[in-house]
Amino acid sequence: MTDYIIPFLMLLIIVYGGVRGVDVFDAMCRGIKDGMGVCAGIFPAMLIMLTAVSMLRASGGSELISYALTPVARLLGIPGECIPLALLRPFSGSGALSIGSEIIKSAGADSYPGRVAAVMLGASETSFYTIAVYSAYLGLKNTAYTLPAALSADFAAFVMSGVAVRLLMQ
Amino acid sequence: MIMTCVIGAMLALAVIFGGVTGNIGEVSQAALDGAKQAVTLLLNIGGTICLWNGLLEIMNRSGLSGHISKLLQPIIRLLFGSYAKDEECLRYISQNMSANLLGLGSAATPAGLKAAKRLQQLSRERGERPHGVFLLIVINTASLQLLPTTVAAVRASMGSARPFDILPAVWLASAVSVAAGITAVGIFRAVSKK
Repeated sequence: MTDYIIPFLMLLIIVYGGVRGVDVFDAMCRGIKDGMGVCAGIFPAMLIMLTAVSMLRASGGSELISYALTPVARLLGIPGECIPLALLRPFSGSGALSIGSEIIKSAGADSYPGRVAAVMLGASETSFYTIAVYSAYLGLKNTAYTLPAALSADFAAFVMSGVAVRLLMQ
Repeated sequence: MIMTCVIGAMLALAVIFGGVTGNIGEVSQAALDGAKQAVTLLLNIGGTICLWNGLLEIMNRSGLSGHISKLLQPIIRLLFGSYAKDEECLRYISQNMSANLLGLGSAATPAGLKAAKRLQQLSRERGERPHGVFLLIVINTASLQLLPTTVAAVRASMGSARPFDILPAVWLASAVSVAAGITAVGIFRAVSKK
C-alpha cells in the first residue's frame, strides 16, 4: 500500500501542475536549486555530529551509555540505542538526523531499533529552536507554558514511536 | 551553546574511554571516518531533498498548496476559536500548517511568524494573554509532516527493503504527539486561569 503513495503523488503533482498551466520543468529546476541550499544548510552540523558520534562509538563509550540508559528505555518501551536520539532531538535537527542515521546503519534499516529511530525522526521537530525563533521574532519575554507543552508533545512522539512500530510493523 | 556542550562532552568521553580501553587508535581513525560519513550521507539523501523541493515548487505554483490550506481552515477554527474569525490570521495559520504538512519548513516559518504576530496583536487589542500564540508555537514544535522524505532517503541508503513502510507508524506517532501538545496547552491554560 505504502509503495503506491510516492509514485502516484508525484504523478498527481506533475499532471495537476501541467493542467493549471505551470511550466513544470522550470518550477522543478527552481525548487531543486533551493533544495541544494537546504543541503548546504544542514551539512556543517551533520559533519561535526557524525565525527563526534563516530569517535564515541570507536572508543566503546556509546555502548556503555546505551547500557546505562537501558532501564530508562525499558520504562519508555523504546530501544536503548534510541535514547541519545530522543535527548538530542529537541535541540538540533541535523544532529538528530546524524545520530538517527548512525542507529539506522548500525542496527539495520529494517530492524526494530532502526525503524523506531526513523519514526522518532519523522514524528518530532526541533522544539527549542522553534520556540527561540518565534519568541525572538515576537519579542516575547515570557513564553509561559510553551516549553513544557512542546516537550510533552516530543515525549508523546518518542513513546508512541515504539508503540507504533510494534503495532503496525512487526 | 547547548550543542557546544553536547559535542564537547561527546569528544571528552571518546578520549577518556578510548584511553582507558586502549581503543585510542580506533578513535583517531574514527575522526577521519566520521567526516567522510557526513559527505556520504549528504550525497545519499541530498538528491531526495532536492527532488522533493522541486515537486513542492510545482505545488506552490499550481495552487495545490492553496487548496490544502483551505481544507485545513475548519480545523483551525476549532483550535483557535474567535481568533480564527480574523481573515488575515486564518490565512497565515492555514499557510503555516499546510507548509508543515508538506514538509516545506522554509515556507512554514515565514507564514507561522506572520500568523503569530497577528495573534499577538489581536490578544493585545482584547487585553488577553496570548494563548493563541502559545498554541501556534507548540503546534509548530510538533511534526505535522505527512511524508518524511529525508528519513526515507536515509533508510533507502542503509538498505531498507521498503523505505516508506514507516509512513503509517509516523502518522500515528505524529498525530498522538500533536494531540498531546494541544492537550497540554489546554491544561496549562485552564490551570493558569484566564
